[in-house]
Amino acid sequence: MELKELYQEIILDHGKNPRNKGRCDKFNREAKGHNPLCGDKVQIFLRLDTNQKVVDISFEGEGCAISLASASILTDIIKGKDFNIAKKIILDFLEMVKNEAKITINSLSEDQKITIMSLSGVKKFPMRVKCATMAWHTLSSALKGKDV
Amino acid sequence: MDIEKIKSEFPIFKQKIKGKPLVYLDSANSSQKPEAVIKKISNFYETEYSNVGRSVHSLAVKATNRYEETRDIVKNYFNAKHREEIVFTKGATEAINLVASSYGEQFINNGDEILITELEHHSNYVPWDFIRRKKKAIIKFAPVNKNGEVEVDEIKKLITNKTKMIAITHLSNVTGAITPLKKIIDLAKTKKIPVLVDGTQGAPHLNIDMQELGCDFYVISCHKMYGPNGLGILYAKKKWLDSLPPYQGGGGMIDEVKKDKITYAEAPTKFEAGTGQTAEVVGFSESINFIKRIGIKNILEHENNVMEYGIEKLKKNNSINIIGDPKERGSVICFTIKGIHPHDIATILDDDGVAIRAGHHCCQILHDKLGLTATARASLGIYNTKEDMDILCQAIENCKKIFKI
Repeated sequence: MELKELYQEIILDHGKNPRNKGRCDKFNREAKGHNPLCGDKVQIFLRLDTNQKVVDISFEGEGCAISLASASILTDIIKGKDFNIAKKIILDFLEMVKNEAKITINSLSEDQKITIMSLSGVKKFPMRVKCATMAWHTLSSALKGKDV
Repeated sequence: MDIEKIKSEFPIFKQKIKGKPLVYLDSANSSQKPEAVIKKISNFYETEYSNVGRSVHSLAVKATNRYEETRDIVKNYFNAKHREEIVFTKGATEAINLVASSYGEQFINNGDEILITELEHHSNYVPWDFIRRKKKAIIKFAPVNKNGEVEVDEIKKLITNKTKMIAITHLSNVTGAITPLKKIIDLAKTKKIPVLVDGTQGAPHLNIDMQELGCDFYVISCHKMYGPNGLGILYAKKKWLDSLPPYQGGGGMIDEVKKDKITYAEAPTKFEAGTGQTAEVVGFSESINFIKRIGIKNILEHENNVMEYGIEKLKKNNSINIIGDPKERGSVICFTIKGIHPHDIATILDDDGVAIRAGHHCCQILHDKLGLTATARASLGIYNTKEDMDILCQAIENCKKIFKI
């Protein structure tokens, strides 16, 4: 049962066919993340415009279905969001996978909320939480970073 | 040999994992412990515990005797020439660090070469990297062939008059390849190069006679030999232990301490600074007794039967790629499944009570060479059966079902 919650259709789909893979055009922020224990890697590229809006975002990486799906979902959700909203979504996501919190932020559509919550199954698998959070921590670094 | 009876000596198998019998295929990572080892440790704490080699009271005498008895048991089991050649460490990792540090300090200089292989665990590379940086030395890697083995000829090609150490695994924890140690050691002897063997994976499965093997250093991980955690053994020829400087300073390892001069105890005490793993050492005597009772050759034969059965069965599955095809393989099977990452395999297998390891198994150099970031690994111990291999294959079908492969 828990396994089914972890490997939901949405996750398997994003894991197999990740969205926004590669380097987006004219990215001006990027950050790398990796898990030294398992060797999984992710790199996030994004373009922040003068209004502090994430106008484009993409990722490159290797890893398990959970880490790839998480990165793919992240790019889908964050694209088009303002800097401050993106930061709030990251916090909400991390709370959700660590402390069973619900996604509360208003700026997500119902569909987006369902998609992001599909990753909440990971909290029953403590050894796999890092797989889901790696891309989000990397996004956080990219947002904090200076223009490249 | 009644494997079910032997298995029943391991209390861990009494429990269910996710409601299913435990199929433990992670012994290359750490083996489970027989009841005799667990009881020996608790009994020692309950009736004989004290610090060793320091006090003169009754318990100190009992504890010291038990501790030193184990040194004799280990010495005899591995047929070392002298009991002083057995040093207790906190693990195989510490044992390699000890040699890299003490030997490296004294004998490795600017431009000297350390010869290791692409099969090595990080524990038999990183400590040598410390010395490489400190002494501006060079590390050469003997390449693995397509079967996942290192050939003697490759070692031969890389030896120069600058080679000061050959450090090599006995049994690869990824490809399972058993290294042609005797040939490498004999070759090294003709060039007067010391050899350190990382026996972490070798010692739990293979018959080892230190005098016959003739290596200079051999490191053992006790927790992979049905023994306690936090304990390793360094076997080193007496001439090295007598001549090498101590690795760590502290209590117990000294001869005399003055404000202007410190002299050290004789080996092995010189290398056992501080209070060591007393109960673990005592408990390990029962691990050796356990292995001796079954017979290491019987253990190997049984594991080989199970492994060969498992490999044949896995090979029938087209989606599975088995890593390496060494002529001589120890009981390690690394594999990948097309379209499923090893971490996902490990999580799904766990749902069927099957414990495997996934990742790079502390062998990133080898995984880079293989063009992989991670593999799934099933590794065996005396308690595994052909039925375990059937359950593994069945659980793999479950992975494929979930991933629609």
